[in-house]
Amino acid sequence: MTELSKTQLNANLMVIPAEGEEPMFAAGDNVVISHRFPIGHFRVPNYIRGKKATVEAVIHPPAVDNEEEAFGRNAGNKRHYYRIAIPLTELWPGYAGSRRDGLRIEVFESWLSKETSK
Amino acid sequence: MSSQIHDHTPAADAGEVRPSYYEVMETAVRELLVEKTLIGAGEIRRQIEVLDSRNPALGAKVVARAWVDPAFRVRLFANGRKACEEIGITFYDDTELIVLENTDRVHNLIVCTLCSCYPRPVLGLPPDWYKLKPYRARAVKEPRALLAEFGTIIPDNVEVRVSDSTAMVRYLVLPQRPQGTEGMNEEELAHLVTRDAMIGVVKAGVIDLPEKTQ
Repeated sequence: MTELSKTQLNANLMVIPAEGEEPMFAAGDNVVISHRFPIGHFRVPNYIRGKKATVEAVIHPPAVDNEEEAFGRNAGNKRHYYRIAIPLTELWPGYAGSRRDGLRIEVFESWLSKETSK
Repeated sequence: MSSQIHDHTPAADAGEVRPSYYEVMETAVRELLVEKTLIGAGEIRRQIEVLDSRNPALGAKVVARAWVDPAFRVRLFANGRKACEEIGITFYDDTELIVLENTDRVHNLIVCTLCSCYPRPVLGLPPDWYKLKPYRARAVKEPRALLAEFGTIIPDNVEVRVSDSTAMVRYLVLPQRPQGTEGMNEEELAHLVTRDAMIGVVKAGVIDLPEKTQ
């Protein structure tokens, strides 16, 4: 049942969205950017990989997944992506400026996971 | 090389430096695409014409309109691309535009650390420094020191917000309207808005005059 509620099952219409149809994250969610280094050109700069972030907005409309497209796979497939916020102090230990200074960056859903508090 | 056509570098004018490895590669790929009729030479020429028709005066028009027209300002923040299209600035690519508002509390700066993503439909081609690694690296690592080198000192109580463009979204900074411009009309206001103010490295209307030498 968790899966159904997660995909925002509309109880009245019984319309179940396909996987990937609805964004997995919403504004305010705490997420972690994947810390992996696949070979190839991915639009996720190394300096943000593995860092904690907050989703600021779901970007509309979903965009062509340029990471897939770059490899000639699934050309035209859309994927959700997000404007996320990362404090500069999270990126750079010893950052000299204000603690409120921050980065905003767009990241495709495939690079985000929910932050699990340890 | 099997082709007889591509086994030479393009001719350079006398006195010019030889084209680089990547320039030669670009020429070769372009010629192949045209030769295989995947694109026409006219399409490339046309796209260059489109790109060259864009310049910071378009962005300045957007900013000045937002300063004088509160309803337009709302639409601009809701959907930057649609608002620009409304005043005749078309988007020839699939990019979206997020307009970032500078306020007394937040100063926005834009960068593309991976390459040179830039709001070309509204600003034209980026300046060279925007595409070079020192700017790209320092904008996200030490934005305050970088801004200071542009002559822009951000007080500690103002948040510096750096937007790194990586995918399909482009950013445009909406600078603060300078004080003392209440009597100016939209056209006069547009003249206060420079390319660098819309990147966020300076404020609008600030023109540093060189110190007198005599």
